[in-house]
Amino acid sequence: MAIAKEQLDSAEKRVLQIVSRYGANEEHLLQILHDVQADDNSLSEAELIQVARAMDIPLSRVYGVATFYSMYSVRPRGKFIIRICESAPCHITGAQSVIRAFEQALGIKMGETTKDRKFTLEYTSCLGVCGVAPAVMINDRVYGNLTPDKVQEVLSACEND
Amino acid sequence: MDNVNLTIDGQVVEVPVGSTILEAAQLLGIDIPTLCYHPDQSIKAVCRVCVVEVEGQRVLQPACAYPVAEGMQVRTNTARVREARKTIIELMLAHHPQDCLQCERNLNCELQALAHRLGVREVSFPYVERQLPLDELSPSVIRDPNKCINCRRCVSVCHDIQGVGILDSVNRGFDTVVSAPFWRSLIELSCVNCGQCILVCPVGAIKEKDDTEIVWAALADPTKHVVVQTAPAIRVSIGEELDLPPGTRVTKKLTTALRRLGFDRVFDTDFSADLTILEEGSELLERLSAGGILPMITSCSPGWIKFIEHYYPDLLGHLSTCKSPQQMFGALTKTYYAEKAGIDPEDIVMVSIMPCTAKKFEANRPEMTDSGFVDVDVVLTTRELGRMLREAGIDFAELPEEEYDAPLGISTGAGAIFGASGGVMEAALRTVYELVTGTELENLDFEDVRGLEGIKSAVVKLPLKEAAAAQEVAADNPQTLEVKVAVAHSLKHARVLLEQIRSGEADFQFLEVMCCPGGCIGGGGQPIPTTNGERMERIVAIYEEDKGMPLRKSHDNPAVQTLYEEFLGKPLGEKSHKLLHTHYQAREKF
Repeated sequence: MAIAKEQLDSAEKRVLQIVSRYGANEEHLLQILHDVQADDNSLSEAELIQVARAMDIPLSRVYGVATFYSMYSVRPRGKFIIRICESAPCHITGAQSVIRAFEQALGIKMGETTKDRKFTLEYTSCLGVCGVAPAVMINDRVYGNLTPDKVQEVLSACEND
Repeated sequence: MDNVNLTIDGQVVEVPVGSTILEAAQLLGIDIPTLCYHPDQSIKAVCRVCVVEVEGQRVLQPACAYPVAEGMQVRTNTARVREARKTIIELMLAHHPQDCLQCERNLNCELQALAHRLGVREVSFPYVERQLPLDELSPSVIRDPNKCINCRRCVSVCHDIQGVGILDSVNRGFDTVVSAPFWRSLIELSCVNCGQCILVCPVGAIKEKDDTEIVWAALADPTKHVVVQTAPAIRVSIGEELDLPPGTRVTKKLTTALRRLGFDRVFDTDFSADLTILEEGSELLERLSAGGILPMITSCSPGWIKFIEHYYPDLLGHLSTCKSPQQMFGALTKTYYAEKAGIDPEDIVMVSIMPCTAKKFEANRPEMTDSGFVDVDVVLTTRELGRMLREAGIDFAELPEEEYDAPLGISTGAGAIFGASGGVMEAALRTVYELVTGTELENLDFEDVRGLEGIKSAVVKLPLKEAAAAQEVAADNPQTLEVKVAVAHSLKHARVLLEQIRSGEADFQFLEVMCCPGGCIGGGGQPIPTTNGERMERIVAIYEEDKGMPLRKSHDNPAVQTLYEEFLGKPLGEKSHKLLHTHYQAREKF
């Protein structure tokens, strides 16, 4: 397969460590993929190949799982994943203008990642914090009662994190 | 109580516990429409076309997956059911290219047939084009994921029957589609090119690489001498491409048809199948007597060869070094035949008709040029030949019967049964028996290795003739050489025996592996449909073919005997090694 040996080798050690922590049983695949993804918020081809090898399951199955769940990404993502709620309460309280403000501030569209691989914009379904709609989740933190004006402030908070 | 009674559309039926509504309805002559359901696969219940009303259930239920119960009331033909089925087909059509007239599956497409049968006259949803990339790089299997309807039959056959697992469902919701990982081409992956996915695809999302244009061009070129070889399995399956019932034997019409298409010589792969037996049988006896690597495994099936190269490269030494009959044939056509016929091999175009998509890959392997030329120029599947015959307007059923051309068209029944799982083994045993014992084999039929059972085995006792070469292997009983053999078809079954070899538990000396279920008669290049039902009909036909041959043992083939006298010398001799044997390479799994 047309993938560089260096990439495969550099993924191998880390993946083997993670797999040995859980065991190669297929039932641990989801947790293993979470841990493999933790370094850069995405699953590279080399990483998935090493997972498939270590667990002795077809690469197609690993790839199928990685593309099915929205928490995984097989495309490179930023250090900060900004998940903007697209459910009804956020929508009617102005999520659209918040989205536009994020897109403008970062110079990317929804679903894209900034060139410096710092930020990724994604939709999410309901975050369960409708009381503070519109809301976004950035990595593990939730920000509520957003307006376009507050977007820069939120981004700065990430920068200083 | 082992049976239950239920009522379907007012008719009572008694079926075993554990049956599905679909099976019960079949007994009543009620044909519930299906799409993702496949008779040789486990139940997926993803397409929902087979929904029915079950009394007491709020929503419609899939008949293919729903188990029967005592007193159950089922309705398969209500307005609600008909409406739901139509909507399901409409939703698929809204996501499916509207180019039926140009599609190779036109008139043999299950989606098209269902839309027709269920009376879909308009699609209430706007057409959404997917614009997914085609994978046209493989010499064997081509994919157009835009046509995929997510039935997952290809996924099932690839994972569960072949144990390869190249294709799987990716993404979710509206974006769900079957793909290879990271949208890689099949040629970049450990795909073995078996084409079983093509056989089960209900639409035109997976197909063979079509090489008919190359053959039309060669046939039209007066400077070319176009030679054709036909695989054993073709004679019992090509009829299906031309509307004859499964398993119709059409050997002598096939030869006539090929001549009418314009081939200069019509030869038979059965000839080189016989030759394979002499080379491979001799190789087995040599390994038995000289302490070579055992068990020895057959090497005729190119899907199987690519599989072992990717998945069990540590066992490559077990493979017979014999080329497949197709490749032996090509190498001899451009040397022995060219010399005999006084034709410059440069002007010969070697076309083979194969039940197999992996044969296209095999012919393209860089090492398959021992004649000094590309040994086999073009490989056509049974389906492609069917296409050419239809286009040429050849009325197959009415054709007169003609013989194959000599000498490479002369063969025995042993060559013919190469087309079915167990056939290579049986042919080899017929010859090995007589070579070792020096006496005539009374019963030629090794029933134990025939049929669709996934793994078959047999023990053959060979009474040694005096001073037999292989005496030392049966040191405890010098009067008898006992050979234990095993046969596997479909790669999942092959895996079981390969694991035994790896762990040292294998209790056999000779193993036949065929990549496809049923062997070549069930190959990925065969007419669609090919289910186990069609496979069984073709198996019966191929053993009838064997029974009807005047010669049924490979070493009795006079043309093969002449070939050794005039050209090769002896089995495993110097020329054989150059032209008829090959080597293998370890390949990465991912």
